[in-house]
Amino acid sequence: MAIIHINKENFEKEVINSDKPVLIDFWAPWCGPCKMMGPVFEELSNEMTDLKFVKINTQDEPELAAQFQIQGIPTLSLIKANKEVDRFSGFAPKPMLKQKIEAMMKNI
Amino acid sequence: MVEKIYDAIIVGAGPAGYTAAIYTTRYNMSTLVLGEEFGGQMNIDYEIENYPGFKKIKANELMQKIHDHTLSLGAEIEADIITEIKHDNIFTLTGMTGKQYKAKTLILALGTKRRKLGIPGEEKFAGRGVSYCATCDSNFFKDKTVAVIGGGDSAFASAFILMQHAKKVYIIHRRDEFRAKPVVVDSMKLNSNVEFVMNTNVKEILGEKNVTKIKTDNPNRQEIEVDGVFIDVGVIPNTELMKKAGIHLDKSSYIQINSKQETNIAGIYAAGDITTGSAGIKQLIIAAAEGAIAANSAFTNTRECNHKLEGGDCND
Repeated sequence: MAIIHINKENFEKEVINSDKPVLIDFWAPWCGPCKMMGPVFEELSNEMTDLKFVKINTQDEPELAAQFQIQGIPTLSLIKANKEVDRFSGFAPKPMLKQKIEAMMKNI
Repeated sequence: MVEKIYDAIIVGAGPAGYTAAIYTTRYNMSTLVLGEEFGGQMNIDYEIENYPGFKKIKANELMQKIHDHTLSLGAEIEADIITEIKHDNIFTLTGMTGKQYKAKTLILALGTKRRKLGIPGEEKFAGRGVSYCATCDSNFFKDKTVAVIGGGDSAFASAFILMQHAKKVYIIHRRDEFRAKPVVVDSMKLNSNVEFVMNTNVKEILGEKNVTKIKTDNPNRQEIEVDGVFIDVGVIPNTELMKKAGIHLDKSSYIQINSKQETNIAGIYAAGDITTGSAGIKQLIIAAAEGAIAANSAFTNTRECNHKLEGGDCND
C-alpha cells in the first residue's frame, strides 16, 4: 500500500479521522537510522494491512513533531482514535520491527 | 529449486563488508552481503574528515556512495540477522527471517554496537530524551539543556553537534581526564555553554513523560536538570554468534585473526571493527582495508578449492 506523507493539511483527514489504526514513522533526511527504516517500513506496509502506514518528516513538520513530543528519530507511533497507543524509538531490522509492531497492536 | 551457493557471503554491511564485496565481485566471485543495518557505524557518524579523496564529507553521503558502488558491481544485498552458522563442506547460515544462505567462504564484518549504560530510566526514556545519535536528534533540543555521557572522541563529536542547538551541554565523564584528543577537548573548553563534570557516574535517568533530570554519584552534583541525555560510552563487538560457531575471540570478545584476516576456522574471514586486527584501530579506512584483505584471502581460498576438484570439500 502506498505510504501517505502527512503534513498539517492532511493530518486531520489521514490520522485523526482514520478508520484504521495509524502507524506514523517520524523521520528526517539527516538521520541515518531513519534511512535504514524507510525500506523496511515500506515492506511492512504491504504485509500488515490492518494498519495505515504514514510518514512525518520532522524537518518539514516541526509543529507535528512537537505535538507528539518527538525527541528522537526514527520513532514509530501507533495511533488509534486520535490517541497514541504506544511508540517505539530507534531502528530495528525487519523481523524484529514486525514483532515490535505486533506487540504494540496488542495494546489497541 | 536448486539452492544458490555463493562464492562469498559477507555478514555485515558497513565499510568493511561493502569493501570486501567490492573486491570479491571484482574477483568474479558471486557475492551476497547480509546486513542488519546498512552503513553500520557510519549511520550515526556525522562528518568524515580523514578519508582520502574527501576533505570533508557527511558520513551518510559517503556511505551511500559506497553502497551504490557495491551494488553497481553486481553484489546482492539483503537485510537479515544471522542467528546460526553451520559448517559442513560449505557454510550454511540461518537468518531471523527463516531463510537459509549457503556459501563457500564467509567474511564476518558485523562491527560493534553501542554500549548501553544499563541504568534505570535508560530504556524507558529512549526516544523521550535518551539518545545514542546526536546527528539524528540534536535538532529536537533547540535551546534546551542536554548531557553527553562519555569521554572519548565520539562523545566530543556528539557534544560538538549539540552545542550548536542546545543552550547548555554538560559532558559527564567517570574519570578525571578525557580519552578524546587533547585538541578537541581544548577547543570545547572555549565554549561558554559547555560544562565538564568529571569523576561522575550517572546512576539514574528521571522524568515523567520525558527526561527532566539525572542522578549521579557525585556528592557535589547529585542531580542535574536536563532535557536530553546522549550516551556515548563506547562500543562492544557483535560476536555472540561467532562464539557459538566456535570462532576464537580475544578476552574482549573481538574476533582473533591473522595478517590474512583468517579466523581459526578455514574459509571464515573477519574484517573491520569486529576484529583484533590493525592494532585495534577503529577507523573507516582500516575497516575498508581489512575488508579488501579478507576478500583477497577468500578469493585465494576459493580458487584453490575449485582447483582441487569439482564438488569436494572446500575448507579441509
